[in-house]
Amino acid sequence: MSNDVTSGATAHLDLPTDDVHVSATTPRRSGLRWLLLAAGLVVALALPWFIYPPIAMDIACWALFAISLDILLGYCGLLSFGHAAFWGGSAYCTGLVAVHYGVPFPVAVLAGMLFAMLIAVPIGYLSVRATGIYFAMVTLAFAQMIYFIANQWRDVTGGENGLQAVPKSFFGIELVETESFYFYYAALPMILLGMWAAWRIVHSPFGRVLVAIRDNAPRARALGYDVETYKVVAFVLSAGLAGLAGGLFAISHGFVSLQEVNWTTSGKVVLMAVLGGIGTLWGGVVGAGFIVVLEDYMASSGFEGIGIVTGSVFVVVVLLFRRGIWGTLAHHLGRRRQAGTRD
Amino acid sequence: MPDAVSTGPALLEIRGLDAWYGEAQALRGVDLEVHAGEVVTLVGRNGAGKTTLLRSVMGLHRQVSGSIVFDGTDLAKVPAHRRARMGLGWVQDDRGIYASLTVEENLLLPPVVSDSAWSTEKVYDAFPVLADRRRAPGTTLSGGEQQMLAIARVLRSGARMLLLDEPTEGLAPVIVSRIRDIIHEVRSTGGTVLLIEQNVKFAATVADRHYLLAQGAVVESLDNADFQARQGELLEHLGI
Repeated sequence: MSNDVTSGATAHLDLPTDDVHVSATTPRRSGLRWLLLAAGLVVALALPWFIYPPIAMDIACWALFAISLDILLGYCGLLSFGHAAFWGGSAYCTGLVAVHYGVPFPVAVLAGMLFAMLIAVPIGYLSVRATGIYFAMVTLAFAQMIYFIANQWRDVTGGENGLQAVPKSFFGIELVETESFYFYYAALPMILLGMWAAWRIVHSPFGRVLVAIRDNAPRARALGYDVETYKVVAFVLSAGLAGLAGGLFAISHGFVSLQEVNWTTSGKVVLMAVLGGIGTLWGGVVGAGFIVVLEDYMASSGFEGIGIVTGSVFVVVVLLFRRGIWGTLAHHLGRRRQAGTRD
Repeated sequence: MPDAVSTGPALLEIRGLDAWYGEAQALRGVDLEVHAGEVVTLVGRNGAGKTTLLRSVMGLHRQVSGSIVFDGTDLAKVPAHRRARMGLGWVQDDRGIYASLTVEENLLLPPVVSDSAWSTEKVYDAFPVLADRRRAPGTTLSGGEQQMLAIARVLRSGARMLLLDEPTEGLAPVIVSRIRDIIHEVRSTGGTVLLIEQNVKFAATVADRHYLLAQGAVVESLDNADFQARQGELLEHLGI
């Protein structure tokens, strides 16, 4: 593959974009793809049987969060370092709606998701003109503003105490409202819907324009696309999915803490997306599962240095498997398949 | 070649165009017009400002002054993506094919901007090689095939005026003659082309008129007959 074509606009952001394209071009009509999809669904459905259900729910939420980030990072070449603003912003909004109105939790989550998209409009509009590290810094700055508001506005958010006693109202179905095992199955459709939406976004003509902008923005402009508007729309859609994930996370925990809007949350989701493999979407699921399970295992065994372990894993993956865990697997599968079917 | 069609209204009219890269001036007071249905070449040495001129028309080079009017609209405040939707189709010299998209995805990427857009079937009829390779990644095509894809892409979008930056550069003679056929076809269906061409012989076989650029200025404007008569002199000027 000639690299001169892709290098121009992506040079500012040191991403392995020449690898990322694999997912966009592998032939889609393939039994393997359906097999993987079916396997993924089985795992999603069976998860709370094998893993403590609240942790299974955490995995699902973080997985969707990582996918939402990958829409920007993998398909637009934009590294958002402020996605906690949308995850956490939605978590607070969802929590407040659930606490004050007692509506069924999907309604509260939808409210949170809309709120995330609403705040993403001005943030996106003001950030997308920057690229590379500057985009990351601008988004971080906005997320810190949201953090500041959440911390200071104690009457509403509970400040450092967090927002307590968020109910899991679900049409009076007591099993779902009290048992996290059943709650998982009530929440899973929303997660899957979010993932399906993400898949539709990146595999639509809109998604191809995003890839074109990522690879070379001036050229996409010359072909007739308003680059900034496309980036803002992608940003808002990504924020909406992050908000969906964050809202469900808040309901699942029955509690919203300042942690949800903290910059470490923005960092954690980037870590998950990169570990799984950027530009692959499903990599986010793998990365989220890996990190959540690892953290849970270490926390329950009383190990204090979680950061050291996840940090080391991150370094190893970035150095040895630049495509990430899922990206590397998909690349090898894809290559084998291509070798078999190419004329 | 039929008579030059300089009597119709100018589709593209450039007056007193200056362009800079920082302190360095790349274009100096360029006056140029292209009428609907014409094929016009920009000839000149490397660094004469030909590519800058095309990029300025497309709106990708913004450090300019002077006027560029396309189809009666002053483009000064029109952003590049709007210009594309007005019917300017830019084919850059590196062809601009996306490695991360398949041939067909590349082809269907730009929006359809006018009624004169070629249908996908028409494109595949005209470029069978693209039909054969439609699912292959865009940059697995050869250089000549990529050039065809780049031209096909703007034809499919319905661009009313093609801006071609050295479409024949580095291509085999058989591909060059294919591109000549395409330009003839575009012209015969009322399309307009402004192309940069270093290959004087090729230019003489496709174009109605020629502008000779040197050091950022138009030094001569020739119709094709003059151009052919003075080929030797021009070759010397171009140093090729």
